[in-house]
This record gives sequence, structure tokens and C-alpha cells, in this order.
Amino acid sequence: MSRHRAGTTGVKAAAGVPGADGDLVIDARSLTLRFGGVTSLDGVSLRHRRGEILAVIGPNGAGKTSLFNCLTGAYKPQQGSVLFAPTPERAHSIVGKTPHSITRLGVARTFQNIRLFPALSALENVQVGTEMRQRHGSPGAIFRTPRARREEREGIDKALELLRLVGLEHRTHEISSSLPYGEQRRLEIARALGTDPRLLLLDEPAAGTNPSEKLELATLIRGIAASGVSVLLIEHDMRLVMSVASSVTVLNFGRVIAHGTPADVQRDPAVVEAYLGKQDDDSAAGRATGGPAGEATTGRDQP
Amino acid sequence: MTTTATHPSPAPPTPSGSGLPPSIGKWLTEALFGRAGLRMLAVCLGLGVLSAIVTGPGSTADEPFDGIRRSVIDPRIVTFLLLGVALWVVVRVTPLVWPILVRGFEPARAQVTELSRQRYSPIGLNLALLAFAILIPLALGAPARQSLVNDIAIYALLALGLNVVIGYAGMLDLGYIAFFAIGAYATAYFTSEKAINVHSPVILNPFFVFPIAFVLAAIAGVILGGPTLRLRGDYLAIVTLGFGEIIQLIANNSEFTNGPRGAFGVPHLSIHVFGFHYEWGQDPLPYYYLLLGLIVITMIAFGQLERSRIGRAWAAIREDEIAAEATGVPTLRLKLLAFAIGASVSGFAGVMYASKQFFNPQTFSLQASFLVVTLVIFGGMGSRLGVVVGTVILQGLAFVLRDLVPATDRLIYFGAVVIIMMIFRPQGVIPSRRRKREIKLSEAGIGGADSLGAAPTAAGSQT
Amino acid sequence: MDFVHQFWQLTVDGLMSGSLYAVIALGYTLVYGVLQLINFAHSEVFMLGAFGGLFAARGLMDGGDTPSGLASVGIVAVGLGVGAMVGALAAFTLERVAYRPLRRRGAPRLAFLISAIGASLFAVNLAGKEFGRNNVSMPEPFTNGEVFKIFGASVNTKTLVIFVVAAAMLLILDTLVARTRLGQSIRAVAQDSDTAVMMGVNVDRVIVLTFIIGGLLAGAGGFLYAMTFTASFTMGFIPGVKAFTAAVLGGIGNVRGAMLGGVLLGLIESYGGYIFQASYKNVIAFLVLVLILMIRPQGLLGERLGRAA
Ligand SMILES: Nc1ncnc2c1ncn2[C@@H]1O[C@H](COP(=O)(O)OP(=O)(O)OP(=O)(O)O)[C@@H](O)[C@H]1O
Ligand SMILES: [Mg+2]
Repeated sequence: MSRHRAGTTGVKAAAGVPGADGDLVIDARSLTLRFGGVTSLDGVSLRHRRGEILAVIGPNGAGKTSLFNCLTGAYKPQQGSVLFAPTPERAHSIVGKTPHSITRLGVARTFQNIRLFPALSALENVQVGTEMRQRHGSPGAIFRTPRARREEREGIDKALELLRLVGLEHRTHEISSSLPYGEQRRLEIARALGTDPRLLLLDEPAAGTNPSEKLELATLIRGIAASGVSVLLIEHDMRLVMSVASSVTVLNFGRVIAHGTPADVQRDPAVVEAYLGKQDDDSAAGRATGGPAGEATTGRDQP
Repeated sequence: MTTTATHPSPAPPTPSGSGLPPSIGKWLTEALFGRAGLRMLAVCLGLGVLSAIVTGPGSTADEPFDGIRRSVIDPRIVTFLLLGVALWVVVRVTPLVWPILVRGFEPARAQVTELSRQRYSPIGLNLALLAFAILIPLALGAPARQSLVNDIAIYALLALGLNVVIGYAGMLDLGYIAFFAIGAYATAYFTSEKAINVHSPVILNPFFVFPIAFVLAAIAGVILGGPTLRLRGDYLAIVTLGFGEIIQLIANNSEFTNGPRGAFGVPHLSIHVFGFHYEWGQDPLPYYYLLLGLIVITMIAFGQLERSRIGRAWAAIREDEIAAEATGVPTLRLKLLAFAIGASVSGFAGVMYASKQFFNPQTFSLQASFLVVTLVIFGGMGSRLGVVVGTVILQGLAFVLRDLVPATDRLIYFGAVVIIMMIFRPQGVIPSRRRKREIKLSEAGIGGADSLGAAPTAAGSQT
Repeated sequence: MDFVHQFWQLTVDGLMSGSLYAVIALGYTLVYGVLQLINFAHSEVFMLGAFGGLFAARGLMDGGDTPSGLASVGIVAVGLGVGAMVGALAAFTLERVAYRPLRRRGAPRLAFLISAIGASLFAVNLAGKEFGRNNVSMPEPFTNGEVFKIFGASVNTKTLVIFVVAAAMLLILDTLVARTRLGQSIRAVAQDSDTAVMMGVNVDRVIVLTFIIGGLLAGAGGFLYAMTFTASFTMGFIPGVKAFTAAVLGGIGNVRGAMLGGVLLGLIESYGGYIFQASYKNVIAFLVLVLILMIRPQGLLGERLGRAA
């Protein structure tokens, strides 16, 4: 955790001068992603300032998860570039890199429909993350060299600390697939944090969790951001978005239709129309306006 | 695919609720002579006839169906049909009485949710097994001792290596014996001037060839696996299949390898250090103990590996490759590592084999590769003790039954064993606990149990 | 220079073996389409069909003189028919025994590959036991004379028969997949089996029928193969790997791709075998497989599959 704690300046950076290039953690430019005839991203640009909690919202099928997949290397967009933490000297696009090397650069994610390692214990799940940057290879592992032992110990300690952070210390040795839904979501966050990210992507972390878990989640997300990790959040629950995000980007049909502070975005006519015009049931409207129906996302976990 | 927090319990459904049946007789009649029951009877009788044919006399192409005809008209068929009927009764009646039999044991079978923190298998049992392995050859005759080395110990080592590929990385290698061939021919090349038509400028003691073969096989594995593993996992199976065939083809046709005649006169292993001299000769026992030592060392080493970050990463890949990548696991490199480790063990075993005895391209047939796959599957993929015990059981049976079952027919039975295991007990006879849990979960639609992608029925989107 | 001289003859030979590969490759590609799975036991379906057709044709000929005219046509037709039936039966049994129980359970993919290997091991060695372990050749069902010359290359009766029969089968299959209801269901399952179920397609039935169609083709192909070369219990292996290569070359899952891939592979192998050495012909096919996997894994007519996450 030392690295997370190190960058407490993150909060200040979020409120700092906008637009300075050194402050960006993600600079995605005109991403276009097509599947056969379906265009799921159509020239999406996104700038994410360091230390900021940026929320991405939009109706179902808007392309939010697709955007995450492009940022993490799971999909390769046909057009566009993604600069990760660019500096004037170093500004390579990470498009085309493998997902694990992007994770190594410092981008970690969770999945909309939970993807834990189901037969591993909670601890082992997080260990996979914390051991990712370790250096000992198979000879070290076989002979249990001093370095291997030390690194293993460190990996476990860090994993235990993360389990405590997300409130799962009582589940340490339980098989991850036997945990309740909300705990699985938090375990996924712990696993992602284990990789020591500079940017954490959360894909609907509140889906399927109960109101009290949502409150804890909001605290957790703020804590993560305060420790210097920038957070990019996909969320349908507008109350959660309002309470944690410093700015919001709205996608619809693969395009950015609005960007700004949560309050501004909520009043934006284009946004209201995107939610109401497409599907005029109450829950969709509720989501956009932060009404109580925002919890209607329970159990939907199709991509 | 919906991810749920719990999964269905594996207990079989009670046929007619938990209430007592109105009449046992009617109940049985329904089970046995209902539509499903009669269909099962037909299947069982068919299996009986098939077993009669498999165990009966063979034939030639001139009289292709003579063997089958003689098997079917032989009085033995009655035995097989009766066995079929017995099987039918067992299969139909067991589910009815099972709930009664296990009543009272239910709590003991409750679903495991917490991993035991004890990670090492009981040391006493392991020592007992080791003592048994050390003492057993003393009770055996000469042919059994030969078989103990050639069919059991060598294959146990091979199975341990292939287990890394199948059990740990969740991939399939069907040309595994090719690396064994590389080890064997490397030994012939480096240790003797005349075993094959080429030899190295310096002649080495076979012991020095161990590391060479280890590295050569690993390199071959990386060259072969590198381009293939980038693609779908099942392509690896067919590419290795082709590779195995190519190696045999080259061994057979190349003038360097002596062609079909094979390699003669590879020197035996010997040690010469500090005035101490020992040479392995014709007697199989010294080879056995050397191999036993190697097997024990390999088991311990792979145990360490399995419990390390490497082993956890392999598990992560098997259970969810996409999540593993997203968690920073270099999946391609780790799969390649498993493939190369497997190949190295095979090359290593090849040196052992070559320095013990004569070999020719026939030794490295496709069937030998399939045999090792069978041993791993039977014993339990991912279970070190399992694959060794599996090898002992299957190869031991083959040896004990050698007069009843011609060597050429053995693979019919092994094929049947593989299918039966996959249908009824995919985790093997002595399963690895983690592997077994993975298979169960994967069948319930949670996660995976190999690194070949989603199951055929679960087509659909992933994210 | 010599190669130029032999070019057309090599082309004719290549087209002949290529059309056989295409016929077998269809079995791989069809099953792959509906199950996303390499059917490792397909080569044994081919082998069993070959024996079936061979024994039937041999039984008709009774060891006498080489027949001619209508008798020849009849014998070839019976051989093809029996070969196809045996192939279909073998494929059906295979699906029932080695695949369906696993599919019911939702077993991991590895389990399918392994049980197919088991089935293959079983079938090969049982065939070895019952039919002997030597090569079996078939008496000539017709006099194999030269029919015509094309660019100086002679085309004999056998080549022509194989080519015509294979082409007819490919044409029928293509029509079947493109035009009929069954073909439509097969394509639906191949695209997305979940959606196909919702649209009322009986997936189990489609899968069985797919296996049967593949078996019919492989069995008939087996007879053609046995008629030209020899049959033996291990005969399925090499053509199996080559047909698979052909399927990958054309783009696995793509019916026309398998046909194209088969013919191309036959030609490549024929030319390559002449340029290098005939005994390394099999190595060439393998190299083609590895190369295509490295350069264009989706095959010639396949679409690039997006990486999923
Ligand atoms: N692997 C894929 N193949 C084909 N189409 C895809 C794929 N992934 C996404 N799409 C399409 O891209 C579009 C955007 O999907 P995406 O999952 O990004 O939406 P989303 O905003 O995350 O929606 P939700 O709120 O439902 O999670 C959809 O039309 C979807 O069908
Ligand atoms: Mg989504």
C-alpha cells in the first residue's frame, strides 16, 4: 500500500489547474470501435485528470464497457489513440498493447459481470494481483530462494491489507465464488488494487449491491482516490455518481454527448433526452435524475 | 451468462420426493422397465457385446468380421450379457436407494467453502508410499523389474511433466513424446561415436547430456509453442500432434538418425568422481532407484511451483484468462513456460531411456504420446500423486494382464478408460482438490477449468 | 526446368488429393462451426468409412476380373454409399458417446478434446484388431486407363472419378448449407447458439445432423482414398491432420473456405513434394499449418475474431 499512500497530492491535483498535459492520466482521442456492422464507439475522446474521480454514464449499450475494454487493451479500437499518463517527453499510445502490459503500466480494472478466479480463495485472488510485479521466476519458486520467500511474504501481507481495506478480512480463506455478490465486487476491487495501479477502472461496482453497501462503496472509492489513484467509474446509480465523481462524461450510441460536473450534466437537455427519448420507462429517467429508482440495476450483468 | 454467488449442490435429486414409496415393487418396475429403463437395458447389453468383441479374438483384413463373429457366437457372450444386465440393474436402482444409503452422512458432504489452511499432504502417508516404492522391486521377478523401469518409472516421469501442461496450464499437448525423442537422440549424439550416424566432436558422459536435453527440449517447446499459443488453445493440440508425427518421420527417414534401425550402443550412465566409480549396467534396479529419486525430486519441485506465484498465475489463467490478463498476468508467457517445462521433463526422461536401452523411431509413436495423456487423465490432472499412482495402476495392470491382453490391444482399453473418465470422473482417480473444484464450478457456469476458452455449450458474449 | 515440365501433371495430382482433403475438411469445419471444437476423432470416422466402403466393394467383386461398364459404376456407387453410411454411423455414435454426455454437463473444453482423443484411440486400435494391422488394398473396380490429356498431363479414370465425385459432394453440401432449412439452422447455431435456441432451433438435433453430414462426407472420402491408395487402421491420421490444415487454411468454420483450403493444400503439397522430396510431403502440410497460424490465423476466407474481454 505504500505506493497508494504516497500520492496524497492527488486530491489537490483534481482541483488544480485544468488542462495542463502533465496532469492527465488518460488522454484518449477519437476512439472508434466497430463489431461488424455495430459501431460501439464512434470517435470518443476522453481526458481524465490525475487524482480525479471521473464517471462515465449512459444508457444501456451506449459503449461504456467498450470504452473500458479499449483503455485496458481487451479490445483494439480501429481508430484513435490512448495516451496513458503522458508527459511532454513520453506520450506513446497504449493501443495495441496486451492487457497485462497495460496493467503493468498502472491501469487496473474490475468487470461489469464479476470475473474473479472462482476456485481460489479471497486471499489468493488478491495475491495474483500483488504478485504481479514480483521478480522471482520458476527456479526461485522451486528452490524457495530467500528472495522468493520474501516476495511471497510481502505479497501476502499486501493482500491481507487490501482485504482489510475493502472489509473482507473475515473472508480471507474462503473460496471467492462462495462469497455474497457485494463482497465479490469488493474483492475484485482489492485484486485490482493489488496490481498497484495509478488508474482504477470500475465497471458498475454498485450493481447488485444493497444501499448500505453502496454507502461503504462510496467511502471506499473516495479513499482510493485520496490515496492518489485516479478512478474512472461506470455507474448507473446517479446518487453514487453524484456523491463521488468530480466530473461526468455521458455516452450515447458510442458518442460523448455531454461532459461536466455532475450537476451540470444532469441538467443537460441532451442527457435527459438520451435517457428519456430512447426508453421512456421510469427507471431510466430515475437513473438520469438521481431518483430512487436508481437501484433498479440489480442483477443486470449482461455486457 | 449470469454469475451467481452460489452454485447448485452436487447431490443427486431424489427421484420421487423424500416420502416413502407406495410400493417397492411398482417403484422398481417403473425404474427398470419404464421407457428410460428399457433404453438403458439396450445400452448395457450393447456394452456387453462390445466388451465381448474387444476382449475376444481379433482378425485380419481377409476375414474382417471373423473376429467379431467368433466373439459373438462364443459362449463367453452369455457372461458379458449377464454383466450388461447387472450393470443395468445397478445403474437404474442405485439412484433410488442412494438417498437411503447416504442418509445420516449428509452433513459430512456439505459444500466446502473455506479452504483448508493445511497445504501439505500428510507426511506420514507420503513416507509410507515412498517406502513401498523402495521395497516393492525386491518382491518382483526379473520381467516385472524391467517393466517397472520401462513402463512405469519412465512413464511416471513423463506423466509428471505432461501434468504441468494439462493439469497446471490447462492445455493439451499431443506430441509430447517428440521431446522424449529429442532427449534420446541427443543422448545418442553426444555420448557415442557410433550409436547413430552423427556424433558430437566431444563425447560426453550421459549425465552431462541431462542439462543439454533439458535445454534442447525446452527450446523446441518454445519454438513450437510460441507462435501457436497466441491463438486458440486447441490449436496447440493439433500442432503438437503434427509435430510429434514430423519428429517420428524425420527419425525414420533421416540418414543422421540411422533411420528405422534406431540407435545401438548408447553407453550406460556412469559416475566417476573422486575415485568413486559406478556404472549402471543391464540390471534394471539401479535405473529404477535413480528414476525413483528423480520422480520424488520432480514431485517436490512441482509442488513448490504449484504453490508459488507461478502456480497461482496458472490457476488464474485456467479459471479466467481474461481476468488474469487484466490482473497483470502475462498469460502467453506462462503458458509457454508450462509447455517448456513439460517438454524439458520429457527430454530429460529421453536421456534416461536412451542410456538404458536400445530405441528406434517406433519408440516415439503417436500412440506413446496418447498413452501419457491417458495416464495423466486417469490419475487426475493437476494431481502429482494422482498421475504417478495412475501410471502405476494402468501400466501395472497392463503388465499383469500381458498374457491375456496382447500389447497391441492395450490401447483399445486405454481409449475406453479415457472416455469413461471424461464422462464420469474428469478429475481423475486421485484428484487435485483445486482442479476438482474448478471443474465443478465450471460445469455450473462459473469460471473455466482450462485455458482453451469457453465451454462449447456456453457460446455467447463474455465481457 | 523439370518442374515446369511436370507442372501440369503435378497440378492434376494436386487437385485430386486436394479435393479429397476438401471433403474431409468439411467435417472439421462444420463441427467447428456448431461446437467451436476440433473434432479429433474425425480422422477415425474417415478410416472406418474407408474400411466399410472397401469391404463392400470387395465383396461385390469377388476377387475376379476387373469389371467394366455399368458393373464398375455400380461397385463404385455401392462403395461410396456404404462408406458414407458407415462414416455417418461412426460420427453419430461418436457424438452420442464422447460429446453429448459432456455437453449435457457443460464440461470444460479440454474435456471434449480429451474424450475425442480417447474415442480415436479406441476406434483406431479396435480397427487394428479386427481388420488386421497391415495395409489393405482394394481390387481395381475399373480399368484405370488414361481418359484424356490436358496440357500434356494425363488424367486417368481414378483421378477423374475422385474429382467428379468430390466436386459433386462439395456442390451438394454448399447448396445444403446455403439454401435449406437445415443449413439455415446450422448457420444459426454456428453464429450464436443461445440466440438459435431462442429462435426455436433444436440445437441438439442440429449438432447430431452436423456430425452425420460430416461423417457421410468423410466416409465417402475414405472410400475414394482407399480406392486410390490403401487402407489401414492408422490411415486416418495423416489425411486428418491435412484436412484440418485445409480447414484452417480456408478459415475454420467457413464451408467454402474448407473447400478452397483443401484444393490449395493439395496443390502446395504436390508442387512442394516434387521440389523437395516426396517423403517429406507431410512435413510441407505441417509447415503450411504453422505458417498460416502465424501469418493469418483466421484463414483465407475467415473473419478476424475480435479479442473478447
Ligand atoms: N464483443 C462484442 N461483439 C459485438 N458487439 C459488441 C461486443 N461488445 C460490445 N458490443 C456492442 O457494442 C455496443 C456497446 O456495448 P457496451 O457493452 O460497451 O455498452 P455499455 O454502455 O457498457 O452498456 P451496459 O450499460 O448495458 O453495460 C452494444 O451495442 C453491444 O452490442
Ligand atoms: Mg457495460
